[in-house]
Amino acid sequence: MGRPNLPLLEVKHLCIEFPTRRGTLVAVDDVSFHIDPGEVLGVVGESGAGKSLTGNAIIGLLEPPGRVAGGEILLDGKRIDNLPYEQMQRIRGKDIGAIFQDPLTSLNPLYSISRQLVETIQTHTDMTARQARARALELLQAVGIPAADERLDSYPHEFSGGMRQRVVIALALAANPRLIIADEPTTALDVSIQAQIIALLKKLCHEFGTAVMLVTHDMGVIAEAADRVAVMYAGRLAEIGPVADVIHHARHPYSHGLMGAIPTIGSGTARLTQIDGAMPRLTEIPSGCAFNPRCPKAFDRCLAERPVLRAAGPNEVACWLY
Amino acid sequence: MIAFVLRRLLQAVVVMLVVALIAFLMFKFVGDPVAQMVGQETTIAEREALRERLGLNDPIIAQFARYVADVAQADFGLSFRTSQPVDTMLAERLPATLELAIVAALYALVVGIPMGVYTGLYPNTALSRLFQAISLAGISLPTFFVGILLILLFGVVLGWLPTFGRGETVQVGWWSTGLLTVSGLKSLILPAFTLGMFQLTLIMRLVRSEMLEVLRTDYIKFARARGLTNRSVHFGHALKNTLVPVITITGLQLGSIIAFAIITEAVFQWPGMGLLFLQAIQFVDIPVMSTYLILISFFFVVINLIVDLLYYAVDPRLRIDRTAISSAAG
Amino acid sequence: MTDLAEQTAAPQRASALQRFFDGDIWYSFTRSRVTMVAAAITALFFVAALFAPLVAPTNPYDLAALNLLDAFTAPAWTEGGSAKHLLGTDEQGRDMLSAIIFGARVSLTVGFASILFSMVLGITLGLIAGYTGGLVDAFIMRVADVQLSFPAILIALLVDGVVRGVLPPSMHNDMAIWVLIFSIGISNWVQFARTVRGSCMVERNKEYVQAARIIGIHPGLIMLRHVLPNVMGPVLVIATIGLAIAVLLEATLSFLGVGMPPTRPSLGTLVNSGQNFLASGEWWIAVFPGLALALLVLSVNLLGDWLRDALNPKLR
Repeated sequence: MGRPNLPLLEVKHLCIEFPTRRGTLVAVDDVSFHIDPGEVLGVVGESGAGKSLTGNAIIGLLEPPGRVAGGEILLDGKRIDNLPYEQMQRIRGKDIGAIFQDPLTSLNPLYSISRQLVETIQTHTDMTARQARARALELLQAVGIPAADERLDSYPHEFSGGMRQRVVIALALAANPRLIIADEPTTALDVSIQAQIIALLKKLCHEFGTAVMLVTHDMGVIAEAADRVAVMYAGRLAEIGPVADVIHHARHPYSHGLMGAIPTIGSGTARLTQIDGAMPRLTEIPSGCAFNPRCPKAFDRCLAERPVLRAAGPNEVACWLY
Repeated sequence: MIAFVLRRLLQAVVVMLVVALIAFLMFKFVGDPVAQMVGQETTIAEREALRERLGLNDPIIAQFARYVADVAQADFGLSFRTSQPVDTMLAERLPATLELAIVAALYALVVGIPMGVYTGLYPNTALSRLFQAISLAGISLPTFFVGILLILLFGVVLGWLPTFGRGETVQVGWWSTGLLTVSGLKSLILPAFTLGMFQLTLIMRLVRSEMLEVLRTDYIKFARARGLTNRSVHFGHALKNTLVPVITITGLQLGSIIAFAIITEAVFQWPGMGLLFLQAIQFVDIPVMSTYLILISFFFVVINLIVDLLYYAVDPRLRIDRTAISSAAG
Repeated sequence: MTDLAEQTAAPQRASALQRFFDGDIWYSFTRSRVTMVAAAITALFFVAALFAPLVAPTNPYDLAALNLLDAFTAPAWTEGGSAKHLLGTDEQGRDMLSAIIFGARVSLTVGFASILFSMVLGITLGLIAGYTGGLVDAFIMRVADVQLSFPAILIALLVDGVVRGVLPPSMHNDMAIWVLIFSIGISNWVQFARTVRGSCMVERNKEYVQAARIIGIHPGLIMLRHVLPNVMGPVLVIATIGLAIAVLLEATLSFLGVGMPPTRPSLGTLVNSGQNFLASGEWWIAVFPGLALALLVLSVNLLGDWLRDALNPKLR
């Protein structure tokens, strides 16, 4: 129930490779998931787990030499991973928006906010300059820029980091996309501002019915905003499921460890758990389950055979324990 | 804005004073002006009288002050070699050098920037590789050798273009121009091409590397993510950001064109200031040397000032971090 | 993307010196055919210049060996050429190939000596500026800035002119090579100083320098040991490109008639003497020395470009 027939975005068996002279690095390996209209999917994992690359692949902006080596990406059931650059360009911004990590560097320093908003709006709609400007003002007001009409013609350097990220969100929402890829949208911000930005993103997407792929390594952000969570490890999907189930009843030992590392208010003296060791380099991923060297519950099969994603309760887990 | 201009002007004055000091020290310690001015048979007493009359026995500070005052009134003294006033000697030569330098600079800019943009945007096409090869040849081929090859090809073998001098010139007020006669224009082609070649290469390489740098930035990626067209990303967003450092370096390069003109003028016997300066060095004609130095520095300072103002116009943040940028372009 | 870069960059946290001899450099060298050709040509020039008396067919300085009857012989493969003189002869019957080999010897001597001079001067001033900081630093770097805004050719010409003015005219020819080395060297030190100073500034605030101070070792000494290996790579790149610049500058000064005298010609002097015979058809006297010069400078430039890219992992 609840789930409509056709997901908004479907990623099937996505593989991303980096050819290097010492061989090909598989940075994202057989990752599959979907995002429903209006849904917020959190994607968590350590640095280098392949979360950002997956996001970049979806908007078709993988930086060379990285390339999609296999799998499909479907928007409304139509493949978009093999579209020519010009067609993909029409999808970017209009159907799929993006927000990047660092608001300080995401805006062109030489152009005013209004110019950057207006050009984005006019690229995707038939609005006149005047209409686009009015729409730009609406957007700035919607993202909570105080005195937006006065600040419309300001330059990026005249805004603080948090305000700039609001502007970035306004830009991402400018053409009313149905999906936003938010790649670590709060990592570069002050802790006090992070919560505001997440709340804003959540509120706006709810209002506009926009789905979000929220890439982060911050479990707090996930708990706050996501409907479902995907846990990535060493380029592979470890577990995916509804947010409450993943946080409170994580099946995969890795997600379990990850959740154990979240401090909770009121838990008093309970110790935070930690996972021993570090994620392997892409060149040194062990055979079988990538997590096996660090897994407290690993057994023979984990060393030999790679687990596939299978249902375990409400979650799907790639682990031989289930 | 006014404070900014004033600060820049002050800096310019300081630089000019330092240059004047160097020129003055050259006067003071290189060669003996008295020995240059008098004949063999002059007695020591006469020399001493001349020395006194010229003020050469005054305190150094007073001499320097007088020198600066003279320079400020464009009084640069007499040439040791020809005994003519240096200012008129240089004024006669100024139009030739400036016309050559400006034409060469325009050519370098108009050709160099598009080549740089193209090679930055499409680094792997055959045309880009060709441009890259040309640019490498451009910085490796000595300017004088380019000139000689051009003389050989277009002057000696084909006989199409004159290989020395300015051709016919027309007097416009005190300015003699070669731009209004056919022979003057034809004479200008080879020298301007030679002089512009090196600058063109530098500008192209600079624009290319800046373009590559800018295309890697987050705001370009974000502009793409917003679905902007390639045209708008490349020429709206990337190019304008590229221009900030390019203006700086190009400005400095254009200043150096006037100095590089020395070589071109020597190859093509172009009757400009550079040729005069070369003769001055060979004959240790200090007044001409120091005046040339001051004049060149003055051009540099003026160009620098213009560059700063342009900078101000392009970049709303007004980053005045000039040293970081020029060192990056090294 | 950044995650990936971190992953691959991590194992390279060795000193620049070690990195230079690491497999990557050698690998990129063997991958680039252009670089290998450039290296071969450069090596050829170095060997020829070093062993000029053994390699050259004749000794161009030996006046007794000159025969005016041989004057203006065209290159061997053209009409009027002689197998005795592959690249022809000049107006005095001097063998051009020999003149070029000996000219390259002079050019490279001046090039190497002046870049060495720039290097020592630049590194010293850079260390002083970076270590002392404050007014000394401000002064040195202001001078560097001002000098950098003037083209090297102008500075070299001025220094050359002034030194000539100080020296008595009779010594001009004998001292020419030293004057050149000095004037070219002094016009090229800024890049070295900037690099070393930058590295010094970074190291200065590191904890080990503070720690050294606490245990009583002179912090300058310990910085030296850390700064120099760190700047080896960039200094090598600057020196290589600097060698090309110095050779070019020398040739230009000599061409302009204020460098090496015709009695001891460098490649630039040869082009200058040959220039007079362009119009009368003896093109080879100017063209071959010029080509040799261009080839040498191009090769060294290519090596420098490659070295810069190979040592800069960001661009790889």
